[in-house]
Amino acid sequence: MTNPAPKTDRLTENEVRRVATLCRIGLTDEEVERLRDEMPGLIAEVSVLQAIDTSNVEATGHAVEEVHTVMRDDTPRPAMTVEETLSNAPRRQDDYFRVPQVMDDGLG
Amino acid sequence: MHYSSVRQMSDALLAKDVSSAELADAHLARISAVDPRVGAYLAITPELAHEQAAAAQAQIDAGSGAALTGVPMQIKDNMATRGVTTTCASLMLENFVPPYDATVTRALADAGAVLLGKGNMDEYAMGSSNETSAYKPVHNPWDLERVPGGSSGGPAAAVAAGLAPYALGSDTGGSIRQPASFCGVVGLKPTYGLVSRYGLIAFASSLDQVGPLSRTVEDAALVMNAIAGYDPLDSTSIPADRVDYTQGLTEGVRGLRVGVVSEYFGEGIDPRIAETTRTAIAELESLGAVVTDLSLPNSLAALAVYYVLAPSECSANLARYDGVKFGYSTPDAPNMMTALESTREVGFGTEVKRRIMMGTYALSAGYYDAYYKKAQQVRTLIRREFDTAFANVDVLVTPTTPTTAFKLGEIQDPVVMHANDVCTVPANIAGIPGISVPCGFVGGLPVGLQLLGPHLSERTLLRAAHAYEQATDWHTTHPAI
Repeated sequence: MTNPAPKTDRLTENEVRRVATLCRIGLTDEEVERLRDEMPGLIAEVSVLQAIDTSNVEATGHAVEEVHTVMRDDTPRPAMTVEETLSNAPRRQDDYFRVPQVMDDGLG
Repeated sequence: MHYSSVRQMSDALLAKDVSSAELADAHLARISAVDPRVGAYLAITPELAHEQAAAAQAQIDAGSGAALTGVPMQIKDNMATRGVTTTCASLMLENFVPPYDATVTRALADAGAVLLGKGNMDEYAMGSSNETSAYKPVHNPWDLERVPGGSSGGPAAAVAAGLAPYALGSDTGGSIRQPASFCGVVGLKPTYGLVSRYGLIAFASSLDQVGPLSRTVEDAALVMNAIAGYDPLDSTSIPADRVDYTQGLTEGVRGLRVGVVSEYFGEGIDPRIAETTRTAIAELESLGAVVTDLSLPNSLAALAVYYVLAPSECSANLARYDGVKFGYSTPDAPNMMTALESTREVGFGTEVKRRIMMGTYALSAGYYDAYYKKAQQVRTLIRREFDTAFANVDVLVTPTTPTTAFKLGEIQDPVVMHANDVCTVPANIAGIPGISVPCGFVGGLPVGLQLLGPHLSERTLLRAAHAYEQATDWHTTHPAI
């Protein structure tokens, strides 16, 4: 994928709302307006990276090389009880987390 | 007693000059008297403190007390404390009572530590001034109109004001070292993976690390002895052997090769801070260190790398706040989508939303390679640059912060706020340890000297910082509060 030009103009309302939908954050109209102003500055802040030559440079995920994917032994061990697990649930029914209606959830 | 070091409190406890309950009560009384003006605590835990103090005293009386036994402390409110509300300074977790302890919480409890309460912080550790706390700002004990730094503003202010002899903080881009500098205390960010993060509420998982804030370098070493080490519950934990961080502490800096990073003494750094730092470097030289100047040009890109990686990783980590399993939940939403959007609209503050938005933008279709992957590649260049530097020097020195503590409300532009972290962020990007130690005052406000070392060089950093501290008296000066 080619690098898009950094966005430095004010974002459109649709651009802000599209990102907000992706991360499931409701925004007031005032918040949308503020983010339209602020996000281009934040994007410009990180766009200095585009000027750095990274051809043939590997990406760093974990900063300490000795650590690789860790697997634990597949053996049973004590875990939290059902009561502890559900102790912070906003809504529960019997031994379950209760959630709002999921089908026909407004996503279209 | 409230400005004694951990070592001094421990010696007094073991000599039976004071009891653990007396120490806890003295601190709780001072918190009641002083903290309304500082705001370093989000919760105070007197019942637990008394319970832990009694258990610690029994250990001491039985002759099995150690360095932290019976000594009180504070834990930043992003680390899980079983049965004690852990809010991350967010409305999202206002009523969250963890059913488990973070590994570091358990490690301190096992060492006989006494929890005084939970430390105020920027919401989800996102901030450099502690102003994003959903509950209250923290005021710098040296000047109550100024910020303590962030995000570990509560821990730094508590230690500086004698409201706890030490505290646990977390450091993702400077959140231990920058507030330590602003408040005139010691702050150590260990090597990535050295201290377990199990039970640390995740912000940016490739960067987050837990470490101590204290009034002396020796105290930081004592706390590291309790919290550092491999933890099978943290898949990023380094399988390293446990070491004694006080070993070699007093051996001095004769022959130590110290590199002065030229990038952090010019543009963007308050000239008075640069001068104060250079005076501190001259002190290290007079103690026998071999000082050379060097350049780390790629490290200046660390801030941009950080402001891609940290928001991106936070947008993924904070996806878990869905109002279903724990945390705030909007009542009576008609469907799941509305419930999610409304829960996150109300539960998260402005800074957290802004970072999730930026991270989501950077990771969204068409932008991933340009931002996230690019930032990870530049990260590799920064790591290599540090590796090259550490082939020639043992430690690097920079100022910890470009300015002294600024006034509450003074910085509104997020990009300007980010520049506070310019000296501290490179260590997180490279995963290396860094320590900030008090090195003077500018305009009556504390200045910090930052020492950086290669992976797992904590003992060298502590030795150098200790030598400097013992040759100066900055650590014996306390705010008039």
